[in-house]
Amino acid sequence: MSTFPSRSVAVRLGRALLTAALLTSVSAGAAMAQSYDKDATIRIGSLYEPQNLDNTAGAGQGINEAFNGNVYEALFQLTDAGSVEPVLAADYTISEDGLTYTITLRDGVSFHSGEPLTAADVKYSIERVTAETSKSSRKKSLSTITGIETPDDKTVVITLSSRSISLPYNLSYVWIVNDAATDITGTEDGTGPYTLEEWRRGSALALTRFDGYWGDAPTNGQVLFQYFTDATALNNALLTNAVDIITSVQSPDSLAQFADNPAFKVTEGASTTKELLAYNDRVAPFDNVKVRKALARAVDKAKLLNSIWGDYGTLIGSFVPPTDPWYVDLTGVDAYDVESAKALLAEAGYPDGFEFTLDTPDYDPHPIVAQFLQGEYAKIGVKMNINIITANEWYTKIYQAHDFQATLQEHVNHRDIVFYGNPDFYWGYNNPDVVKLIADSEAAASVDEQTAKLKEANEIIAEDAASNWLYLYPQIVVSAANVTGYPVNGLNAQFFAYDIEKAN
Amino acid sequence: MVLFALLRLLPGDPANALLGVGATPEQIAAARAQLGSDQPLGTQFINYLNSLARFDLGTSFVSHAPVLDEIGNRMAVTLPLTLLGFVLALVIAIPLGVIAAVKSQTWYGWLISVVSQLGIAIPVFWLGILLVTVFAINLRLLPSGGFPLRGWQNPLEAITGLLLPVLTVALVIGASLLRYVRAATLDVIDSDYIRTARALGSGFTEALIKHGIRNGSVPIISVLGIELASTFLGAVVVERVFTLPGMGSMLLLAIQQRDYPNLQGVLIVSTLLVLLIGFAADMLQRLIDPRLRDRVQAPT
Repeated sequence: MSTFPSRSVAVRLGRALLTAALLTSVSAGAAMAQSYDKDATIRIGSLYEPQNLDNTAGAGQGINEAFNGNVYEALFQLTDAGSVEPVLAADYTISEDGLTYTITLRDGVSFHSGEPLTAADVKYSIERVTAETSKSSRKKSLSTITGIETPDDKTVVITLSSRSISLPYNLSYVWIVNDAATDITGTEDGTGPYTLEEWRRGSALALTRFDGYWGDAPTNGQVLFQYFTDATALNNALLTNAVDIITSVQSPDSLAQFADNPAFKVTEGASTTKELLAYNDRVAPFDNVKVRKALARAVDKAKLLNSIWGDYGTLIGSFVPPTDPWYVDLTGVDAYDVESAKALLAEAGYPDGFEFTLDTPDYDPHPIVAQFLQGEYAKIGVKMNINIITANEWYTKIYQAHDFQATLQEHVNHRDIVFYGNPDFYWGYNNPDVVKLIADSEAAASVDEQTAKLKEANEIIAEDAASNWLYLYPQIVVSAANVTGYPVNGLNAQFFAYDIEKAN
Repeated sequence: MVLFALLRLLPGDPANALLGVGATPEQIAAARAQLGSDQPLGTQFINYLNSLARFDLGTSFVSHAPVLDEIGNRMAVTLPLTLLGFVLALVIAIPLGVIAAVKSQTWYGWLISVVSQLGIAIPVFWLGILLVTVFAINLRLLPSGGFPLRGWQNPLEAITGLLLPVLTVALVIGASLLRYVRAATLDVIDSDYIRTARALGSGFTEALIKHGIRNGSVPIISVLGIELASTFLGAVVVERVFTLPGMGSMLLLAIQQRDYPNLQGVLIVSTLLVLLIGFAADMLQRLIDPRLRDRVQAPT
């Protein structure tokens, strides 16, 4: 008797809780279904307007941002998390010797013009990138391809002259274009979830949802990329609700106005843009490892990063950013230590220091970084002169003619440690072990083997202090608070728009 | 010819600018062949003259679009910006300039002079940023910049987009025009013919309108011609502040990218326009002042 009431209370309570739980889940579901406008126009503000619409015709990084994954798809995709996933390739097999890739295409894919995707389109698209006239920066990485066969409409067979473990990754840069499209510098014919509606040069580029898309429909109706030449104007546009998102904030000073305001969200992702002091490793005194190590130890990089980006950005101990599969934390190698820097300099035969010139590109943040370095090096008796140059001069004087002692540069690419395996590269780092490891890594039979070899190479490069890696830029996206679902890392400058939701 | 030669003297290679870091020497050579920038300068120049004679300004090295189309698109922004800005400047400058001259002894005549002096001293970009801060960011009345995707197909949006830039142009040009109008009016007031007209019984205002406007406007018009041309060229700065896709931003981009066809196109069209404005101002002066018409036939 005494247990009855309490039991019935317990039962009732249980029911009530269950009902409450059901109600919440139902209402949450309803709220989820209607919380965003599925036909919304997402206005994306960017500083990187493409020069034209063809990524093999020198269109610049802006075209990756607007078109990769949105208008054009590739056999594989480099996801925002850094992995490589099949997209238009449904399946693929690699022969025993690693020289033949047989790729089966996804069914039911059609181009925006209405034509179905066939193996011939894939062959055409790869050859567009490897063609003589192609200006694609990825051309060289596909040079091992010796032949492309199309036994039937759904199968592509790629043969290689040597093993290339990065082939799927490299193919993620190859847009699949309809082979009937000849000139795509001002128009497009891809398979992506959006079609190009209009491009007004110097102003904006509009994409509209493609109704014939094979995959999940985008969670918005239209994407409008609005281009700015000035970061302040771009920030103003977000402040005044003229755009919803800024893809990549480059001016640290402007972040405070967004970070302190609940109407905006500031997201920091993993960037691949590295700020580095590249020595010309061919010339004295930089051909001496001890000198390079001393210069690495003399710089308080945490202080440098903080003075430029505040609490944003990441310290790196080598050229490899955390999103590369072969990342190892090497910040402990040649960590900040002024006394040991002086000792190393003395050991290297420069007890009284030396003098050199740093060719500094004239745009942010390089001039500020140069001044900081000048102060740090003065503390170990090294006199650094700053020579300001334009981007174009940098290209001819340093990149082409190798006529420099040291320079500052930002390197934006993902997986670009391979540059250290090329002794002819502008910085002239030449360690035969590294050259071999990097060459072998590409010929590896498995991704694990590739990763192991590149990790080893990375450690040697760091121990050699091949360059002075100062910091990793932050990748900062700022949006209005009612917008979600955008990519935060922006790898390879991509900005997938199809999952962006805008609340009502 | 001069344009062509000067542009080629600029350091930098269009092929480099196009390809960026990571290009191989073979790629650069291929790009040069494609652009025609590997040809001897003489050949490039003759090809260029040839197409110019056919009103063909060529295609951009970078965007591969016809230069003339691009200029047409950009003019749809720059021309309204310049003309509206200029007209508004006149609307501000003429009445205020006359008042400042006629009432130069009063406090408000003096105030107008001081404010106009200030207007001349303020740089265009600073005024632009100031207007954006006040009208776009603080008051949220007007957009901070940009131009609608479909341009004038959406006239209301296009006009609102141009309001602040037009105001910026008008204030800066208006301030310097006002000084000229004031000086010209002062000259007129002190002139013999006004004194004579008044002696013959006309009121001051009547004398000013009947005899003053025509006389005073001759020097003003030559200044207007110069000011209109410089408004057009000064649009570079205003377009940058307000992110407008006009001729100015096209010029800057073409310089950065060593896009010679676009650069030449912009410079040629701008030169033509400036010449045309100068010519129109000359004609207008002759229309107003018969002495200038006669001067052509006058024996030397």
